[in-house]
Amino acid sequence: MAKAATTEHNVPSREALQGLDRATLLRLMHIMLLIRRFEEPCDKYYRAGKMGGYIHYYIGQEAVATGIIPLFQPGDLMITHYRDHGYALALGTDPKRVMAELFGRATGVAGGKGGSMHLVDVERGFLGGYGIVGGTIPLGVGAAFALKYQGKKNICASIFGDGSMQQGVVHESMNMAGLYKVPCLFVLENNGYAMGTAVARHSAQTDFVKRVTAGYNIKGESVDGMDVLAVRAATNRILAQMRETGEPYFLEARTYRYAGHGYADNAQQQKFYRTEAEIDKWRKRDPIEHFREQLLAAGVTTEAELNAMDEECKAIVADAIEFADTSPFPSPDSLYEHVYTDM
Amino acid sequence: MATMRYAEALRLAMTEEMERDPNVFLCGEEVAQYQGTFRVTEGMADRFKDENHGLRVLDTPISEAGIAGLVTGAAMAGLRPIAEFMTWSFAILALDQIVNHAAKILYMTNGQIKVPVVFRGPAGTGNQLSAQHSQSLEAWYAHVPGLKVVLPSTPADAKGLLKTAIRDDNPVIFMEHAGLYSQRGEVPEDPNFTVPFGVAAVRREGKDVSLISYSHAVGVCLSAAEKLWQEAGLSCEVIDLRTLLPLDMDTVLRSVQKTHRAVVVQEEWKNVGFVSELASRIYEGAFDDLDAPIERVGGPFVPMPYSKPLERAAIPGEEDVISAVKRAVA
Repeated sequence: MAKAATTEHNVPSREALQGLDRATLLRLMHIMLLIRRFEEPCDKYYRAGKMGGYIHYYIGQEAVATGIIPLFQPGDLMITHYRDHGYALALGTDPKRVMAELFGRATGVAGGKGGSMHLVDVERGFLGGYGIVGGTIPLGVGAAFALKYQGKKNICASIFGDGSMQQGVVHESMNMAGLYKVPCLFVLENNGYAMGTAVARHSAQTDFVKRVTAGYNIKGESVDGMDVLAVRAATNRILAQMRETGEPYFLEARTYRYAGHGYADNAQQQKFYRTEAEIDKWRKRDPIEHFREQLLAAGVTTEAELNAMDEECKAIVADAIEFADTSPFPSPDSLYEHVYTDM
Repeated sequence: MATMRYAEALRLAMTEEMERDPNVFLCGEEVAQYQGTFRVTEGMADRFKDENHGLRVLDTPISEAGIAGLVTGAAMAGLRPIAEFMTWSFAILALDQIVNHAAKILYMTNGQIKVPVVFRGPAGTGNQLSAQHSQSLEAWYAHVPGLKVVLPSTPADAKGLLKTAIRDDNPVIFMEHAGLYSQRGEVPEDPNFTVPFGVAAVRREGKDVSLISYSHAVGVCLSAAEKLWQEAGLSCEVIDLRTLLPLDMDTVLRSVQKTHRAVVVQEEWKNVGFVSELASRIYEGAFDDLDAPIERVGGPFVPMPYSKPLERAAIPGEEDVISAVKRAVA
């Protein structure tokens, strides 16, 4: 599963790249590279005090957002948790405004009110990243409910981690989604850990697809979350089905978080719950490297072109940092703005 | 004007607003087929059954957090939901959704996503419902920026304030009182009738003492005021706050500046209660006008007991208000 299906002449079959055109394939690579290059310098600016609060990295999981989000259509909605940089970038939110939010500046996507955990892009249907584990699951069901109520053919994607699966409200919400048959795409990004607690240590049933399909009468499946094309193929098929039926679906993407849970969960801390060997094992299946090999082997692109793309992503991020760092902080008056719509 | 019960006034408000705006829907436990635990929603499911895939009046599982989250998400996506809690005591299960999500999303998104949702249902004490069903927790919500908190005391206000709540673009905590559901009163039938938030009502004018209250306790204050007038010749002004958030301090301070004495009254635990906040605000705004310390009337610091005489002792009544007024004028 990790490697592309190849012919005996080591040329990937058309099936391996799923018949996607060159522009689409390169776009997917661009998104994954941008997410990674965006997050890599964050530690430096966090240590320098330019960012604060909690920051949660998506590095290692890029194939999931990249496999799913570009398939959204106008009117589709998305809601998620605090590990949210990748989703905004995959959606096409301006990296400058995302970085400015991390820097707490007025030009940020939430005017500096939210920070890393609370990105938002209403224009693109992104209803926000929120900080309570599992807390967004009913919100996503509610947004999907609104789509059904209004007779729309759109879907709401609700993206969360394996830790969420143990919150009581998730049971309540999935039950209602299955009961009312609302077009909510539940995406479980199973990165193996709820903060520092491994899945087998927090879940009596580690087969989440089994639990959801049996428990809530919702169709579901699992996909290799390190393989962007596999994620895309599954999502493509699922979304077509959902737009037809209007019913919910549960997609588990098995992936891995290279970094700690958050900034404070450093290498020293991680020794309490996982090994270097385990991290290395997953790094060998790196979604970007894997996709790079696939594209090169199929002759879709060249080393030089990919390197240029990488440099371009680094330049976008450098510009974003420059923009963020030179942007003004929110005005003191804004403290009291938007507590209410009218007071 | 028509005479109707408080519960009927609430139903009329919801029905009118649902007829006015197709984005308004109602959901909750037993609101549809069962016709509402307190019959507040009687007939509504049938009235709207053919609209929006039958989702306009919707029975839910017993999942308070799920319900509160579902309506919050639906509001974020453009609807104007009304969620009924069977009692506000059960809404404790939904606090994360109300306090950490609904209340804060407008601010967290810098004004980009509004949450026009009404959370409503019966609150308050009485009927021997004992510890887990009989309590007044409005102060919890009045503590949270982003929420509006409304407690109607009359059938007319039940209708007018609920219509304002449904039209409001912010999350509204709408606490009815189970002890008022059968109370009758004159209610305007005009579908354009609303009662604005943040405007207290002077229910009885007076010159000696200001009694400031809301919800069911307003009636307690009114009967105490009548007795004090009849028996002691004391003239009490009774103010019904109607909404705690926004809070109409102008009306309160104007009254206290006239009477120079204030008694604040509610059923809730006095300890860290809303009346404590109210007393502080009066001290801040009218200290020099006061001729006596402010008296606080509230419940004793105990979970609500079941047995009738114990329950009676745990809910502030007319006698407690009368004693407080007498202390204030002593």
